[in-house]
Amino acid sequence: MSGLKQLRRRVWAFFAKKALDAELETELEAHLQLAIDEYIERGVAPAEARRLALVQFGGIQQAREKQREARGLMQIDILVRDLKYTGRKLMRDPGFTIVAVLILALGIGANIAVFSVVNTLMLRPLPFPNAQELVWIAPPPDKCGLSCATYSTDAYDEFRVGSRSYQDVTGYFAFSTPGNLKLSVGNDAPIPATGIDVIHNFFNVLGVQPQMGRLFREEDARNGAAPVIVLTDPWWRRQFNADPNIIGKAFDVNGKQTTVIGVLPRTFDFGAVFAPGTKVDAITPLNLYGPPRNWGNIITLIGRMKPGVTLAQAVHEAAVVAPTMCWNNRYANSCGQYKGAVIPVPLKNYVTGRLRQSLVVLWSAVGMILLIACVNLSNLLLARAAARSKEFAMRGALGAGRGRIVRQLLTESLVLSGAGAVFGLMLAAIVIAWLRTQGAIALPLLSQLQIDGEALGWTLIIAIVSATLFGLAPGLRMAAGNLHEALKDSGPGSGQSRKHERLRSALVVSEVALACMLLVGAGLLLRSFLHVLDVELGFQPARAAAVTVDFNDDPKLGDGSSHDSAKAILDARAAHFQPLLERIDALPGVQAAGITDFLPLSGNRSWGLPYPKGVTLPKNLHISGPLVYVISPGYLRAMGTRIRGRDFNWSDNTSTRGVIMINESYAKWLASYAHWPNNDPVGQVLVNDDKDPGMLVVGVTDDVHTESVEGENGWQIYYPWPQNFGGTPQLVVRSTLPPAQLATSVMAVLREANTKQTAAEFKPIENLVDHANSPRRFFMMLVGMFAALGLLLAALGIYGVISYSVTRQTQEIGIRMALGASASHVRKRVLVSTLRLATIGVVLGAAASILTARFISSLLYDTSPWDAVTYAGMAVSLLAIAALAGYIPALRASRIDPLVALRAE
Amino acid sequence: MTGSKLDLLQGTLDLMVLQTLAAMGSLHGYGIARRIEQVSSNQVLLNQGTIYASLVRLEQRGWIASQWGVSDNNRKARFYSITRPGRKRLAEDAHHWQRLTGVMDRMFRMDPAADEEPGKA
Repeated sequence: MSGLKQLRRRVWAFFAKKALDAELETELEAHLQLAIDEYIERGVAPAEARRLALVQFGGIQQAREKQREARGLMQIDILVRDLKYTGRKLMRDPGFTIVAVLILALGIGANIAVFSVVNTLMLRPLPFPNAQELVWIAPPPDKCGLSCATYSTDAYDEFRVGSRSYQDVTGYFAFSTPGNLKLSVGNDAPIPATGIDVIHNFFNVLGVQPQMGRLFREEDARNGAAPVIVLTDPWWRRQFNADPNIIGKAFDVNGKQTTVIGVLPRTFDFGAVFAPGTKVDAITPLNLYGPPRNWGNIITLIGRMKPGVTLAQAVHEAAVVAPTMCWNNRYANSCGQYKGAVIPVPLKNYVTGRLRQSLVVLWSAVGMILLIACVNLSNLLLARAAARSKEFAMRGALGAGRGRIVRQLLTESLVLSGAGAVFGLMLAAIVIAWLRTQGAIALPLLSQLQIDGEALGWTLIIAIVSATLFGLAPGLRMAAGNLHEALKDSGPGSGQSRKHERLRSALVVSEVALACMLLVGAGLLLRSFLHVLDVELGFQPARAAAVTVDFNDDPKLGDGSSHDSAKAILDARAAHFQPLLERIDALPGVQAAGITDFLPLSGNRSWGLPYPKGVTLPKNLHISGPLVYVISPGYLRAMGTRIRGRDFNWSDNTSTRGVIMINESYAKWLASYAHWPNNDPVGQVLVNDDKDPGMLVVGVTDDVHTESVEGENGWQIYYPWPQNFGGTPQLVVRSTLPPAQLATSVMAVLREANTKQTAAEFKPIENLVDHANSPRRFFMMLVGMFAALGLLLAALGIYGVISYSVTRQTQEIGIRMALGASASHVRKRVLVSTLRLATIGVVLGAAASILTARFISSLLYDTSPWDAVTYAGMAVSLLAIAALAGYIPALRASRIDPLVALRAE
Repeated sequence: MTGSKLDLLQGTLDLMVLQTLAAMGSLHGYGIARRIEQVSSNQVLLNQGTIYASLVRLEQRGWIASQWGVSDNNRKARFYSITRPGRKRLAEDAHHWQRLTGVMDRMFRMDPAADEEPGKA
């Protein structure tokens, strides 16, 4: 209490300095007068009385200082003085100040930006209330894709009812294709949008509240319920101009009047959490008791555990419930097939777990950048300190304590790092703002990035730590310097400067070593990325593009459940698409065209495990079936996938024998059970069960990377479009023309065939591959940028040290040249000393890299962490940069005029 | 030894000022300094100027209060007086000081012979 009062008085005293000083003056004056009065009274002459009074009083200035110290905040007083002095000092040397602040801004900015990313993706919980209770329920990752990570509606019901660990379990339809919603306004071409069907309790489980209106209720998802839709914040703003009265309005969505019941908050981004790199515009309710009942595995499971339930308990319970779940309750033999395939994991692990390692590497990389920046600054400050050593010696001689001088230097460091932090923060804000809009990068939660309080706190920590790092060494060095020596030291060639130079060389070596480690990391990631680009995908992404084709079956043909109705629908589809594809084939520039219902590297599904006729597969074979693609003739040619045997043709229709194509890997696996001549499946028959007449294998295709670019090839099976029910048709066109040019003519043909064709986007197939590779590219680019920055800073450091040493040796070089040393000899000497520093750094850095490379090995693809090419490349580029950085001072050294140099001192 | 003046121990000046004010009532800085010199029979080495640091410190702690007034010989001066918390503090410090001097007294009176080990029996 009294301590607080005292502090208040002290603070007040600090600000009321002038008034208090004046009071003190009056008081001191009165004191002296009283003393003089007394002496005079005793009979002393006035002049002598004054002298005696002063003697008795002691030092007046000292008394003033002591009083001020006692009453106010002396520390702040000193700080203000130091700051003013620092300001003057830095203003006087703008070149140094700008370089120093720039280096720090880059180092600190990179750190803030990466911290924001790491914080959002790794440190912070997911953007849902009590997010730690949320679990993702799926089997362990497998090569069969989404079909194996999803559950049927019967299985969902059973799991939800059978589990006691959860407050509730929800899920969403995992097979929505982009552009699945068609919003019709007026008579314009419908606008494509992407919607996701969710189980009605989806938002309750996640704990999401609408910013307007309401979210789903159970009755929204019943049979016969009026169609409703919930808009995401961006779509509401973009498509509906942020209409504040949108709730209750109805629009034509996919041909049905659909009522908008709510708008989601800005903070909810479905894609950012569940489907990184994709944009979702609206959410619709999934009717579990409508047609999806029979669609098989379509639902992803998300649960919210009850408070107090541990993950281990949930995992244990799921293992017990799983065997009771049926794929379809009507088929008793489908029960129990989920055994071992229902495992809850924290939702956060599912969303960002895979990125952990990459983020840690990224974080380490920026940490190194900061270290390099600090070393560089340390070096710059040392050079300055050397130049200022006389100033400090003088101040020391005049009575400044060692602590005061260190304090002054630390103030300078703090001012520099503070300025660096401010600019770094701006830099980071720009980077973060840019990243937030990079929706195409398949990384989760990017849209949630922001510079928040935590990031600001981190900035503060970094600024202070780096100021201490780079300011302390030169400060101590300076203050420890021998006063006498420094005053005497005329600079060139004397002991003090040599000691300085040794320290600076050590700093440069460590800088080069750090840059070296960064370069190795970046190099390894780059090599991996190049290897990934070189992966034989099984299709040729270049010069092919895809567009979603709108087509609706004629409702008069029935729902396809009877044999006749199915045949009628399939025949009608063939009759629509055959001429359409022929017309597109005939367009100028088109080499091949075809349709498929799923593109590689996007959605997929499987339909069971067809096996060779007459063969009995071993029981309890826990193998997932091949991924199914329903394609038209010409599709594989358009994709650039090779076929051994023949492609489908339009006469493979409902009236002819069922045909299929399978890929090499699947064929090979089947061949190990069947006794086919030459193990060749072409001409053989596969069946789904013993009563099945079977499907004739007409061709074997290349293995296609359907799930991921980097993962293993899965199995694929192709069914002909005219014989099987495919999903939303995707038209793929291979052309010699750029997609944009092609789009006009292809869209004209599509619109001619169907006036309701949406103005859909023409997407290059390369984008699919780019999208799949985007996280790797993202990390590689960042680490690469950091490595380049590290290299630049190291080069600056080398340049600084060599340049300084040349200046210091001007006289010596002058003498050498006067004695006959040639210019090239002088140049060589300087270059050799540069390369010596760089070589030591490279050797140390390479050794450190070899020791730590294992750390990033899990991020590499087809590249050894000790890849010789990378290490060699790193060494060559670092030495080349070092030589370049040393060449400029070397050139300067060789141009020294002996006469001028000798006269200089 | 007796010829040289005593250096003041840290904090003792504050205590002297408090005691002076407690005994004499309201006084200006010069008066306090003179009083201390007189009481100590000039044995204390006191630069009179240092008293002002002590005064501002005591005032900030709320142990003394001050107001401007006029001295006997018509000089404008600042007069200090002890406050109630100041008296409390003085009592505590005086007690502490007396205990300490008592202990120090006994220490110095220790018989060198008694310094042998308490007993080997």
